[in-house]
Amino acid sequence: MALIKNREITEDSWVQLDDETPVPSEGGAIVSISRWRKDRVALSSRNAPIGVQLESDNGPEDVLDGLDRLDLIAVPFATFKDGRGYSTARLLRERHGFTGELRAVGNVLRDQLPLMERCGFDSFQYVGGTEALVALKAFKDIGAVYQTAADRRASAAALRNHPSQAFSNGTCG
Amino acid sequence: MYMYDEIDRSLVDDRVSQFRDQVTRRMSGELSEDEFKPLRLMNGVYLQLHAYMLRAAIPYGTLSSEQMRKLAWIAKKYDRGYGHFTTRQNLQYNWPALEDLPDILAELASVQMHAMQTSGNCIRNVTADQFAGVAADEVVDPRIYAEIIRQWSTLHPEFTFLPRKFKIAVTGSQQDRAAVKVHDIGLIAKRDGDGKLGFEVIVGGGLGRTPFIGPTVREFLPEEHLLSYLEAVLRVYNQLGRRDNMYKARIKIQVHETGVESFTEMVEAEWAQIRATAVDLPAGEKERIAAFFSLPRYDIEDGSSGKLAEQKRDDLDFARWVDANIAPHKVSGYAIANISLKPIGGIPGDASSEQMDAVAALADRFSFSEIRVTHEQNLVLPHVREDNLYAVWQTLKSYDLHTPNLGHISDMIACPGMDYCALANARSIPVAQEISERFADLERQHDIGELKLKISGCINACGHHHVGHIGILGVDRKGEEYYQITLGGSGAEDASVGEIIGPAFPYASVVNAVEILVESYLDIRNEGERFLDTYRRVGKGPFKEALYGTD
Repeated sequence: MALIKNREITEDSWVQLDDETPVPSEGGAIVSISRWRKDRVALSSRNAPIGVQLESDNGPEDVLDGLDRLDLIAVPFATFKDGRGYSTARLLRERHGFTGELRAVGNVLRDQLPLMERCGFDSFQYVGGTEALVALKAFKDIGAVYQTAADRRASAAALRNHPSQAFSNGTCG
Repeated sequence: MYMYDEIDRSLVDDRVSQFRDQVTRRMSGELSEDEFKPLRLMNGVYLQLHAYMLRAAIPYGTLSSEQMRKLAWIAKKYDRGYGHFTTRQNLQYNWPALEDLPDILAELASVQMHAMQTSGNCIRNVTADQFAGVAADEVVDPRIYAEIIRQWSTLHPEFTFLPRKFKIAVTGSQQDRAAVKVHDIGLIAKRDGDGKLGFEVIVGGGLGRTPFIGPTVREFLPEEHLLSYLEAVLRVYNQLGRRDNMYKARIKIQVHETGVESFTEMVEAEWAQIRATAVDLPAGEKERIAAFFSLPRYDIEDGSSGKLAEQKRDDLDFARWVDANIAPHKVSGYAIANISLKPIGGIPGDASSEQMDAVAALADRFSFSEIRVTHEQNLVLPHVREDNLYAVWQTLKSYDLHTPNLGHISDMIACPGMDYCALANARSIPVAQEISERFADLERQHDIGELKLKISGCINACGHHHVGHIGILGVDRKGEEYYQITLGGSGAEDASVGEIIGPAFPYASVVNAVEILVESYLDIRNEGERFLDTYRRVGKGPFKEALYGTD
């Protein structure tokens, strides 16, 4: 397992806590959504980054009240076929303005990386069969995009009709 | 028709390189078949009973002659010299080798084609009325919007892993040739009181195990909001559709279980949030795409000289073909020529490389190089001058493409069934062939009139049996093939789901059963009634009695 963040392989500075482990005084800690709900006040007052791990059935509505405090939201993909997390990510970024780290966890494979990134994920707990270093190439597999999404890349339609966007976004190719 | 620009081209080329890399990784063993599966499915590659199968996309069923020649060439070079046109207006190759697949995709890309999203739980190849642009009763050419939807849905980052596959169909006519009411989303173009263009939006139709005629969720959606509305529907579905049971995962189940009103409210609420965002097209883009679909420059003065009537008088076989296979064109003096891929005793939808080449050549000479594929598995030359129909027919005749049976009992839809498909419970193709042979007499077929017969080899209903005037469903009963018959279905504007008429028939007697049904209809029909009309008037009773006796 490797952590990919902003298209680079990085050390994971966060610890994932189970519900029994005491919260350390320093360093980023990721807690379950149920623990977050139960101990929100105490966790919020912590003098270090706090993150929450959603369950497959959670949507953005389940963390809206904590968006101003949370530094990381981990969205699970129980299998790569379960695509609910793509909508969750777009809504958190585009509708609710979440600017912290949005992490894809679970069955995160090489060929899903670019789609996840387009939906607003910036970090990935990568488990794919391909080595993480090789998997980084996946972000550059397809140059053009047809839709507007959380990554704000200029869509084909936008480039055709307002070519200047190609420069302001600098992401064509 | 639509032509790729640099952006479209680069995307398809990138996709080919990506798949080439994936195949290399599969062949080196780096990827297991399990890991390769989702990747190949994204490129239209299935593993069938005997071999891989590749499904090439023919967006909204429109092909240039150049593209058709390429399809013929691929069949010859990489397959066994034929291809199979499907009910999603696509083309399937049944015998490609794994190592050739990237080359085949590159060949497709060289003529602006691809195989993206012809499988997998994503938005599939969008379909449209095959008479788009030339239908006499059309409000607008639906291909403009089908192409807009094609681009928006291609590699959509949010909707590539939906609960289940998702099919969209568009028509611009009140007469529905695209079966829009049995799609996940069906769109019917119309104008409001002020002459403004928009769509009636139907969501949650479908066939398969649980057939539904889709309900209308919005009577009029202004055209400029098409994509944001689609995005709202897809987002609601992606979040709420069932993930625990693939048989209950289609949007039709969600609409049914949530209730049309509540479902519509959810869609409208989501749409209210995104209609102001950049999901909809920027100004100018619709016009850019629409310009590709303007009519060819017809030589209207010379359209018709009255020769056609004379030719029909002199050649009765030709007359029969004209009467059965020619549809009215919106420009007088021109005709829409349907090419049946249902020769008597043939395999529905199959075409050889030679036949594809012949159709391409005819399109070049007589139809502004344009061809259409229909969801009923036939081909169309959309722009033929009436004066040229005789020449077209003569060429078709030498390639066995002249069967005058459009809309008749031998013009049936049949899925590949157990001859190819890993999901099938029973064979479809031999049943289709035997029915076709039983009704080989064309005069008899024409006397019977319009009769849509559709055959599926399993409950997944790829052969659309639920919406056949006569539907046949293959089932497995302790290792033996049985066939359940449904009556009264329709996939057209008067859409309905057929009703099971009684106990299933074994393989050996299903053709007889069909003949008994047809004879019963002939006995009791009123003047001018089609089989479907008669069934709707009299109900099951007389047909059931004819099949099973009075007990």
